[in-house]
This record gives sequence, structure tokens and C-alpha cells, in this order.
Amino acid sequence: MTGLLDLDSLHSDEELQIREVVRRLVDEHVRPHVAGWYEDGHVPVRDLAKAFAEVGLLGMHLSGYGCAGASAVAYGLACLELEAGDSGVRSLVSVQGSLAMFAIWKWGSEEQKQRWLPSMAAGDAIGCFGLTEPDHGSDPASMATRARRDGSDWVLNGSKMWITNAPVADVAVIWARVEEGVTGFVVPTDAPGFSAREIKQKLSLRASSTGEIVLDDVRLPADAQLPFAKGLKAPLSCLTEARYGIVWGALGAARDCLDTAIDYARTREQFGRPIGGFQLTQAKLADMAVELEKGYLLAVHLGRTHDAGRLKPHQVSVGKLNNVREAIAIARQCRTILGANGISGEYPVLRHANNLESVLTYEGTSEVHQLVIGQQLTGLAAFT
Amino acid sequence: MKIVVLVKQVPDSGAERSLRADDNTVDRATANNVINEMDEYAIEEALRLKEAHGGEVVILTMGPDKATDSIRKALSMGPDAAVHVVDDALHGSCAIATSKVLAAALAQQNADLIIAGAESTDGRVQVLPHMLAERLGIAALTGARKLTVDGSTLTVERQTDEGYEVVTASTPAVVSVWDTINDPRYPSFKGIMAAKKKPVQTLSLADLGVAASEVGLDGATSAVLEHGKRPPRTGGNTVEDSGDGGVKLVEFLATEKFV
Repeated sequence: MTGLLDLDSLHSDEELQIREVVRRLVDEHVRPHVAGWYEDGHVPVRDLAKAFAEVGLLGMHLSGYGCAGASAVAYGLACLELEAGDSGVRSLVSVQGSLAMFAIWKWGSEEQKQRWLPSMAAGDAIGCFGLTEPDHGSDPASMATRARRDGSDWVLNGSKMWITNAPVADVAVIWARVEEGVTGFVVPTDAPGFSAREIKQKLSLRASSTGEIVLDDVRLPADAQLPFAKGLKAPLSCLTEARYGIVWGALGAARDCLDTAIDYARTREQFGRPIGGFQLTQAKLADMAVELEKGYLLAVHLGRTHDAGRLKPHQVSVGKLNNVREAIAIARQCRTILGANGISGEYPVLRHANNLESVLTYEGTSEVHQLVIGQQLTGLAAFT
Repeated sequence: MKIVVLVKQVPDSGAERSLRADDNTVDRATANNVINEMDEYAIEEALRLKEAHGGEVVILTMGPDKATDSIRKALSMGPDAAVHVVDDALHGSCAIATSKVLAAALAQQNADLIIAGAESTDGRVQVLPHMLAERLGIAALTGARKLTVDGSTLTVERQTDEGYEVVTASTPAVVSVWDTINDPRYPSFKGIMAAKKKPVQTLSLADLGVAASEVGLDGATSAVLEHGKRPPRTGGNTVEDSGDGGVKLVEFLATEKFV
């Protein structure tokens, strides 16, 4: 953070040490390469996963099955540092840990956990999470993907859209409608009838692999179903975990932009002096720093609440709504301080701003989070 | 195999460092204190040997109370336990006194192998491994860029300006390592969380049977008498190229005996 409020004093040595390790990993494995990945629209997901797994980053907040069992606050700090590198890299880790691994860890059978979690924690198996569909984004209850019984087997049909890691994944957690409602399936991506096409021409999250999954009569044994996932609350519980990571992650992108802008403003001279000495620039920097540090206090509060086992989904909505909204505002404002250089890949600012366009709407749009908060305040649901 | 790794807490060499105005010792209060960088390579080498041959890795640190931070960080990389020699009387100890204290602590450990960084970034005297070997009556294999263990035989590639020498010795021995020897691991999150539960034994001078008069500033065989800031760099000569820039550059290099 900016150092204005000495926010490190909110953390234990252990939390700061975990942050330091992630910061060093990002410095070594992400920062030197990410502008190139972004330009090429290609990221070495497997190499990154292996490097992150070495310290225990994948599924770090889960316990057992080769996972580190770290606190929610430590996980948040890791997300922040990852996203200071790139939102796409943080997304890779969020999807692996908070969506795919968490779904199996929370709703899976012991056999499913033993089969997948250790290799996913080790970065040997990449996971993805198929909930969103081409025609069903904010309204997952209307999903069209179906699973029908055929003897003891399940047969899945449908499609899933905007699925991070899908083109490279070894295993997909697929949510589908059955007679009783929504349930989940653990689907090996080499199952006949499963295909994942890379989505091209993205103008955001270009350092992330995103795919469209097609399920064409994918036949699965009975034990592929997540036995404890009954109803939409199962996938939504995973989203709450991932959204929690975004509350922290978005601050990382914003911090990286603000650090860049401050550094730039101190050295860039116009009219014979550094632009950081101009009042309009200082007003921008001050307002951004204030929002960044406020967002951080919110994240720490949600993290401590999470570690105490009291975190409610609507509270995560408060954090996601505020921190992503402020982060994208900061990124865009920083771009104005950098002038023309703001649009260059040599600086991270527009890359972060473009990434945050995705972060703004994925895992629940700002509007959906406003409605969640609105329902909490009024007791009236604006959606069903 | 029991391996003791010497770990020193030093001011971060990448940040502003200074000596104290009152007694010319290292100013730890204002510094960002970290593990001596070369010691991370020593820890990594010990952990690799343990992973290959089994055994135990113990950290040994002499330093003030606050060195605990660095000990915990060292433990987070994977060693099993630590010994912290801490005593107010140690403040300002010279290399000879330090070696006396560390040798006394090592005598209690019965280590097969003692690994140290080849130098610390604050003192930079590089003599401690030799002094310890002398005091303990064991071999010193210093400046290693490669270390192999075969039973009780140690083989080291000792880095020199021209290349390297192959040196062997039997355990127990002291080995000092350069940063060419390996690539230290990042502490894993499990390691970080486990570090605070690992045993850290605290020893005083009395526990080691070393008299306070033999150590510290008063017992030092060498001491810094005065210090000052490095003078700022003076501007170099600018060679203006009026068609003869190349000649002028060569003349400069010849004058300075670079060519």
C-alpha cells in the first residue's frame, strides 16, 4: 500500500512473510514476462501453476490433501500480490483454488478429494469451473446444461462460456440441472464429448486462458457427481470464496497503478518541473491513495471476519462492489497521469485497467452486488 | 547426518546502512535487518543434503533478541530447530571472540557438518569458518561452489579467481559456501506456519562457559575507531567527439592502464 496509514501493522509476521514470498514469486515469474503474454494473448499456465505450487499457493486456504491451510487473510494478501502482477494470473489461482479445488473440497466425496486435490495443490492437475453459460450469466438458476441418468451413469449436455483455464484444464467442475435441481460433476477433460475452445480476440485478461466448454453426450460414472452439492447454494458458495479473493486482488492492481503513477509523477517533467508537484496531480494521487487504503481496511475486516467463521455472502458483496469499482477508477485515473505512456505495455496501467473491466463484471457484476446489498437492507429481493 | 548452519542477521545490504555514532558498531536499530544473503545458500545446501541423506538441520545464530525474526525466517525454509546465543555482553564482539562463542555452542551440538555463508554482508571478513575449524580441530573446506557427501567423505569445489580446486576432507568439518552453489528455495507457506512451532534454544554466555570479559567491545582484538560517510562520487570526464572521440577514448584507457 502507499504507507500512509502503516497498514502492515494490521498483520502478523506470518502473514507478512507469506506476502513477501508471493511478492518475490511475482517479481521473478510474472513481472518480467507479463507484458509479452498480454500482447501475445498467451500465458504459460502450467509453468506458473508449478512455480506457485512449490510454495503451496494453490488451494492455500484449504486444509488437508496437500493444501497449506493458511488463513483467509494470508490468502487475501497472496491474491493482492498476484493481481499486482496481473489480474489474469490472479484469476488462474482463484479458479484453481477457490472455485475448482474448493468445490471438490467442500462438496466432494472423500474419493474425489483424494483423487484430485493433492495433484491440483501440486500444480500437476489444472482445474476449471463451469457455471456461466452463453445465455445465462447473472442468472445461473436458469442454466440450460442438463445431466440425465442412463442406468447408473450420468450423461451431460450443454455449454459453458467464459471459463478461465478451460482450454488447459485436466479437470472441470461442471454445474448442471438434474431433476432435483442444480448439482455438480467432476469431469476429466479427456472424457469423450468434452471439448474446450479457446476464446480469442479478448481485449481484457489477455494473460489468462479463457474457454468455451461444449458437453456433447459426456458420459460419466455415478461417482462423478459431487455428492453433497445440492442446489444452487453449492456453486454460489464457491463464488463467495472467489469473490473474497477478488476483494483483495483488485487492490493489488490498483496499488501497482498508483505506485507507477507516483513514480512517474515524481520524475516526469513538464513546464520545467515534475508533474507530481502540480496541485491537480497531487489531488488525484491523494484521492486515489485514500480510496486504496480504505479498500484495504475493508479487505482486512472481511478477512478477519472470514477467519472467525462469520463471513456472510452479502458482506463479500460489499467488498467486491467497492474494491473493484475503486480499483478501476484508480487505474483509469493513473492512466491520465502517465499521459501517452499510460497506454503503453511498457507500463502496467492500461493493462490493469483493461483487466479490471473483466473483474468488474465477473463473479457477480457490480449491479448484482448492489442488489444483494439492497436485499440485505430492505428485505426485498429485486431478483429471484 | 547432523548439520548446523550458521546464520547471521545483518542490515539489508540493499538499503541504507550506517554505524552507530556512539561506539562505531553496526546500527541495527534503524536498519532493515535480514538474514545474511549468503547464509540462505548455506541453509539450502543443508536442506538438500538432509533430503538426500536424512538427518537433521539446526540453525545457529549469535545476535541480539531481535535476531529471532531472522531465525524464524530461516526455520521457515525447512530446518528442524535453532540455537540462539544471545547476551548483552556480546555487543561489539570481534571475529575472534565471535568464533570463541560459536565454537563453544558448536561443541554442544556434535554436528557432522557445519555450513556457513562464505562472508557476511556487514563484516565481510570471511575468516569465521577458518577460525571455527581451528578452534574445533576439524577441517575447513571454504569458498565452495559445489559440495558432495559420500559417507563421511566431503568433496568440495572451491571457487577461485581462475577456476576451482577440488578439496576433500572427512566429517566433521566446516564448509563455507558462495552463492554459486545453489538456488535457495522460497519458504513454503506450510514452512512459514510451522516455523513458529519449531524449538529455538536460547543460550547465554554463562551457559557456554565463556567469560563476558573475553567478548564484546572491551574484549575485542579489533575495533572501529572512527567512521564517516563515503564521499559523493565526483563527476567523470566527458569526452566531446569532434571526430577524434575514438582516439581520446583510447588515450584515456591507456592513461588509466586499462589497455
